Amino acid sequence: MSFGQVLLVAVLAVPALGAVAVAATPRDRAARLVGTVAAALTLLAAVPLVFGGRGWFAWSADAPAVRPWHQLDLPWVPGLELRFHLGVDGISWPLVVLTALLTLLCCAYTMWRVPDGGSGRALVALLLVVEVGILGTFLALDLVLFFLFFEVVLLPMYAIIAGWGGADRRRAARKFALYTLFGSVLLLVGVYVVVAAAGTADVVALTGGAGMSRGTQLAAFTLLALAFAVKSPLWPLHSWLPDAHTQAPTVGSVVLAGVLLKMGTYGLIRVAVGVAPEGARWASPVLGVLAVAAILIGSLVCLAQADVKRLIAYSSVGHMGFVLLGVATLTTVGLQAALIGNVAHGVITGLLFFLAGAVKDRTGTGTLAELSGLRETAPRLAGLLAFAAIASLGLPGLAGFWGEAFAVIAAVQVGGPLWTTLGVLAAVGGALTAAYFLRLLRQVTHNRPSPAVGQVGPGLAGAELTAWVPLVLLALAIGLAPALVLGVAEAPVDALIGVVFP
Amino acid sequence: MTGVQSVDSVALLPAYLAAGTAVLVLLTDLLLARARATIAVAALGALGTAVGAVLVGLGGERRTFCVGADCSWIFGGRAALVAAVVALLTLGVLGLSVPALLAGRSPVGEYAFLLACSMTGGVVLGAAGDLITLIVALETLTLPLYVLVGLRRGSLASAEAALTFFVVSVVATTLTLLGAALLYAVTGGLHLDRLSALLAERPELRELPLTTAAVAVLLVGLAFKVAAVPFHAWAPATYDGAPLPVAAYLSTASKLGGLVALLAVVQRALPADQTGPVLALLAVLTMTVGNLVALRQRRTVRLLAWSSVAQAGYILAPLGALALAAGRTEEARSAAYAAAVTYAVFFVVLELAAFAGVTALRPAGADGGTVDDLRGAARRHPWRAAALGLALVGLAGLPPGLAGLFAKVTVVRALLDGGAAWLALVVALNAVIGLAYYLRVTAALWAPTPLAAPNGGGAAAVPLVGVVAVVLAVATVAAVVLGVAPQLVLDLAGR
Repeated sequence: MSFGQVLLVAVLAVPALGAVAVAATPRDRAARLVGTVAAALTLLAAVPLVFGGRGWFAWSADAPAVRPWHQLDLPWVPGLELRFHLGVDGISWPLVVLTALLTLLCCAYTMWRVPDGGSGRALVALLLVVEVGILGTFLALDLVLFFLFFEVVLLPMYAIIAGWGGADRRRAARKFALYTLFGSVLLLVGVYVVVAAAGTADVVALTGGAGMSRGTQLAAFTLLALAFAVKSPLWPLHSWLPDAHTQAPTVGSVVLAGVLLKMGTYGLIRVAVGVAPEGARWASPVLGVLAVAAILIGSLVCLAQADVKRLIAYSSVGHMGFVLLGVATLTTVGLQAALIGNVAHGVITGLLFFLAGAVKDRTGTGTLAELSGLRETAPRLAGLLAFAAIASLGLPGLAGFWGEAFAVIAAVQVGGPLWTTLGVLAAVGGALTAAYFLRLLRQVTHNRPSPAVGQVGPGLAGAELTAWVPLVLLALAIGLAPALVLGVAEAPVDALIGVVFP
Repeated sequence: MTGVQSVDSVALLPAYLAAGTAVLVLLTDLLLARARATIAVAALGALGTAVGAVLVGLGGERRTFCVGADCSWIFGGRAALVAAVVALLTLGVLGLSVPALLAGRSPVGEYAFLLACSMTGGVVLGAAGDLITLIVALETLTLPLYVLVGLRRGSLASAEAALTFFVVSVVATTLTLLGAALLYAVTGGLHLDRLSALLAERPELRELPLTTAAVAVLLVGLAFKVAAVPFHAWAPATYDGAPLPVAAYLSTASKLGGLVALLAVVQRALPADQTGPVLALLAVLTMTVGNLVALRQRRTVRLLAWSSVAQAGYILAPLGALALAAGRTEEARSAAYAAAVTYAVFFVVLELAAFAGVTALRPAGADGGTVDDLRGAARRHPWRAAALGLALVGLAGLPPGLAGLFAKVTVVRALLDGGAAWLALVVALNAVIGLAYYLRVTAALWAPTPLAAPNGGGAAAVPLVGVVAVVLAVATVAAVVLGVAPQLVLDLAGR
């Protein structure tokens, strides 16, 4: 095994073994520490995946469109075309690192504060299992394996929401599980439509359509796109998201918004568009219209929200709308916008949920009407909230800008009345985003302190800073140097667009 | 040497072992009259039958009781798989019955004898090569169960369940026999392979209305046995009234028996263009109705019963692909049969684990109780609850219950290979409905217990009987192993 293969296995094995070790450690605090160490080791294994392997495929006419830097391919269940085929490239690596980072931050945060409902040990173990599922989804280069990892995430996340969530957690958790399973069974059928037609489940071989007929590709794309639309989520299949995000404990919301939703957009780019390009070309206008509808509806709903977590949750619908709009354009610019939008949303919304959780923990309420004047009593917290909100509304120089701006640009570049209109409407949605975040800030940070806010002390715990500072720095870094993400993603996106429009 | 057949006794060895077990159990009970000895003999006999089936099965296909090319006893790879699984299920069910038997809730000798008789039917069933052997084997499997269902002393529900089961089952048998008789009237053959050859040779026979009626009646009769909708109404009442281990046997071994019989006639005897549409319709109805009704159940065993009705629908689903021409190619057909067998094997392992889990969490000899009785069980008994949870999640078809996931994947794959995408979608959507109630039970296990509930609701501490723990552990380990290496079952089922 080469070093890269060892790393690939380690990225999955370390959190999996970590979860077992956490469950086997009897003392709660020691167990949480073990989990945090496992998450840290996972991040350490994920980062160096970027080295080596590139330039290894010289460009040629018959080179595959997916050129992993490292890959590992072992047989598992030949009777079901399932191979244990992992690989990483410029599209998946940023998401892998983001997942590893957010899980580490969540575990570290849990060292300091365990939400009510159950033991911290079980929570950390479940977080690590969720991490295995998400990382596996990003790394899988076999359609069936991809589906398998996609499913792994469902029940642990259900348990996190149902075990440590807010007052209405059971209903929210059940809704999450059923919606998500609805998506993934469609994924299962879609995957085997492709496998039955093409005779293989290898993503590398399948990317570009693998000679599947137009009818098969349309059917496959419809099923796969529906599956990923539930996960992303795309309007009108989004209604599980606000409940799940609002009811989940802080770390659950961070993982949900930060990386879980990305499984949908990643799958759309890698699997749906890659495997059924003809279907993608056929469906792209529909996808674009739905994406813009998501942006506008998400923003309008946000303007009327009275709860801070629910507002951030709905803002995800809008932001993921921009990502999906980028994908729908099927252009290099659009896909790059989608990828950077994915990462930026993960960083910023993760931070926003951490901050909203901190506000809720301190004041005991998440209702906007009962929160005001935070900057008087807790200026540092208010400052961070302002930073995150401004980053999220897409101020140039911060991470949120690139994804939204370039999704609009990509739509306008495609041209024609439909896409130009979509671009314009998306831009209007961007303005609405600014409106509701500024409304949030005005409400929460300004005015005289409300009774709930009045009792809040100015201090921030060390664990909180540890969890937040990396996200703040990343939001700045990606905003100032988008090449961090786009540099590695450029070649694979070009190759993908190359097979979508041969 | 006309009229004298040479009998291959090696091929019959598994059947000898199973029948011998029943006789030995009876003798042990008569002569020793010690509960533990009787149970031990039955358990050893079941284990021996499983081992014998595997050993004979490894040696390649053996045929005996032949008339010309047609044989009544064909012991091949799949027969060995069925025989071994039935014997092991009997062993498991016997283990689950130990607490109730030792507590004197049921007469030990009769119980073990009847169970061994039923096992004999299951062992013979897989190897049956003609319709008469098939129906006799199926009846041998079912007949002892009428008594077993009603064997709980002093329980009215148990007696009612037995009566329901008896009446429905007798009607089903009559229908099956009628179908077989009509087929004989049309073709003059009873051997499965001969029937299919005759029907293929003389297409005009297939045009006869009588043939269609015979096929329909035969299938309907067998559908009763697997509790397929609309012939399912007996199942929930019977399961709920029966002692827990007998309910486990009904929903695993007995259901497997019905499926094997159905598969035998569909695969080897009847024309696929006539059975396909019937089976597709049965599958869709069975899974949908089973899942929807299971949503509303409050009693654990009733919920499991309805869910096993739904599971029978998933088992039948791959056969529904035969309804379309694309599903009737040689390759697609064998894939469909293999998928049905694979799903059935995964299902019985998970179902046995689920019943073992419920038994382990309930007091000795108690019935299944309500779902609320299991609330918070994980706080008191984390391992047992985890095993039950794993089985339920597996039945729902989700990780970490990988065995169930691969079972669903196999079915969906076979359907798509056969071009029946619509049926694959129905299966997939049903899995979503299924999750709703499996999740309800699983979540109840880990739910916080109600504040003050001395007798109503909430799981009390239950001492664990060693044998039940062993059965639960073995079933769980089997489910985990099959989840990691599903190829084992896929290979066996494909043969």
